[in-house]
Amino acid sequence: MSDQIIRVSGVHKAFGDLTVLDGIDLGVERGTVLALLGPNGAGKTTLVRILATLLAPDAGTATVAGHDVVGDAAKVRATIGLTGQYAAVDELLTGEENLLMMARLSRLDHAGGRMRTAELLRRFDLVDAATRRVKTYSGGMRRRLDLAISMIGRPPVIVLDEPTTGLDPRSRLTLWAVIDELVDAGTTILLTTQYLEEAERLADRIVLIDHGRVVAEGTADELKSRLAGELVELAFADASDHARAMAVLGGRVQHPEPERLVVSVPTDGSAADIRGLLNDMERSGVPVTSIELTRPSLDDVFLELTEPAPATRLATNR
Amino acid sequence: MTTHSAAYWAASDSMTMIRRSMRHSLRDLESLLISVMLPIMLMLLFVYVFGGAIDVGTEYVNYVVPGIILLCAGYGASTTALSVSTDMHTGVIDRFRSLPIVGSAVLTGHVVASMARNAFSTLVVVAVAILVGFRPEASVLGYMGALAMVLLFVLALSWVSVVVGLVANSVEAAGAFSFFILFLPYVSSAFVPPDTMPAVLQGFADHQPVTPMIETIRALLMGTPAGDSAWTAVAWFGAIALLSFVASMSLFRRSRSR
Repeated sequence: MSDQIIRVSGVHKAFGDLTVLDGIDLGVERGTVLALLGPNGAGKTTLVRILATLLAPDAGTATVAGHDVVGDAAKVRATIGLTGQYAAVDELLTGEENLLMMARLSRLDHAGGRMRTAELLRRFDLVDAATRRVKTYSGGMRRRLDLAISMIGRPPVIVLDEPTTGLDPRSRLTLWAVIDELVDAGTTILLTTQYLEEAERLADRIVLIDHGRVVAEGTADELKSRLAGELVELAFADASDHARAMAVLGGRVQHPEPERLVVSVPTDGSAADIRGLLNDMERSGVPVTSIELTRPSLDDVFLELTEPAPATRLATNR
Repeated sequence: MTTHSAAYWAASDSMTMIRRSMRHSLRDLESLLISVMLPIMLMLLFVYVFGGAIDVGTEYVNYVVPGIILLCAGYGASTTALSVSTDMHTGVIDRFRSLPIVGSAVLTGHVVASMARNAFSTLVVVAVAILVGFRPEASVLGYMGALAMVLLFVLALSWVSVVVGLVANSVEAAGAFSFFILFLPYVSSAFVPPDTMPAVLQGFADHQPVTPMIETIRALLMGTPAGDSAWTAVAWFGAIALLSFVASMSLFRRSRSR
């Protein structure tokens, strides 16, 4: 039986004439990670703000742990920790003061707040900077502090809006490790990201949204299998070899690319299939200089399913 | 989570926010310096530069001190607009709103800090005034009354500033409000008696709320009868405080759905 701790159904949101969310439905199972993936302007942040009770939907409902984000906002707020896109930290306070203040506002008692603050400062590598004002922090340090703050009250649901944007690779790995720990401890996480690698690495399920609608949903593998599958790319020495290969392969060619002197043919990836293909070429006397096996990446899924801006379409439509 | 009543947490959240705003006040060195330097500069300017040329029938320093107190307190209170606007335009307000707290505690924090800040700068004004020859003749009750009036003035202007901070499109726009407030006391009985002004300005000066406030504080400090001006001042600033408090709360709630 499914146990969805976040449920969104038929959510619409418009700002003036601009429809940002156009009937979004999604659910997040308790204790899992859902990545909300989509191009800029797809409506990711708006959905996050609705779940965090910062915005009310125009139509549709959203619940967190059974509490309605509009009718029961206080209970929703007690359930989720939010890290927004811009570091929500107090610049004139020190890192430690920020955490202690948020601990107090999250209803932790004095001793509990101190312990939790010390723990989070350690975990996010901020011990040395703890007594410095946040004003002096680097961008990465601010984001780490911001994340620490959203975890202070140990909320069962954490919503992260582009948590690793602007982080250096090491900080990103630290954050990923923290997310793994949180999930192990039973926390449910909804994150938005523009990094497909991050979605693939962290998320149990991925929801791809574009123009305020869900365009695809599933595990990373499920999404990839929606595309043609694997391709084998055969490269040739010159144009005449390329032309002869085209004649031999005929309808099997998926992408003839004479300017690169390669052709792509679908394959199931097995050795037998590829051997058969190479034997066909051998028999026809067309020498293949090299082969390359390509699996569709999440990037391909992303580009295929979301509507690109005209300029990007030209660049990617090989 | 500790179990306490809702009222306990409302008070606790407000205290947390007050502490936050107080820390801001103490750490924003530029603003702190201005709020101390401004009274001193103005006092010296009015007493030694303009004062000699202004005849008000008494020692000018005794006449001008209430005006300088209000000028500085007004300026100090109006910077609340800047603090509120800064909060609204950074992510920190989203953080507060996504917590299970009374969101408006953050506004209360700013107003209380503003009152503490301005009580301090008022003491600086009075101390400097005494150094340059101000000789108040107030009873203890008179001093307390004068302080209470200044605090009412600061309370009202701080809530007005919160409204400005909430509706301002940018931090810069909120900052411009300080200039408007800074000029308001000039067209009152703060520095010169209104009957020396052109008729139009005199009409404004006689009827704007700063004038009865000045008159009341002057009377309280100099031990003269305040007459009706005390009631007029309390009515004006009580109403301004109440209206802008209500407006702030409603604006704060509504800005959620922006």
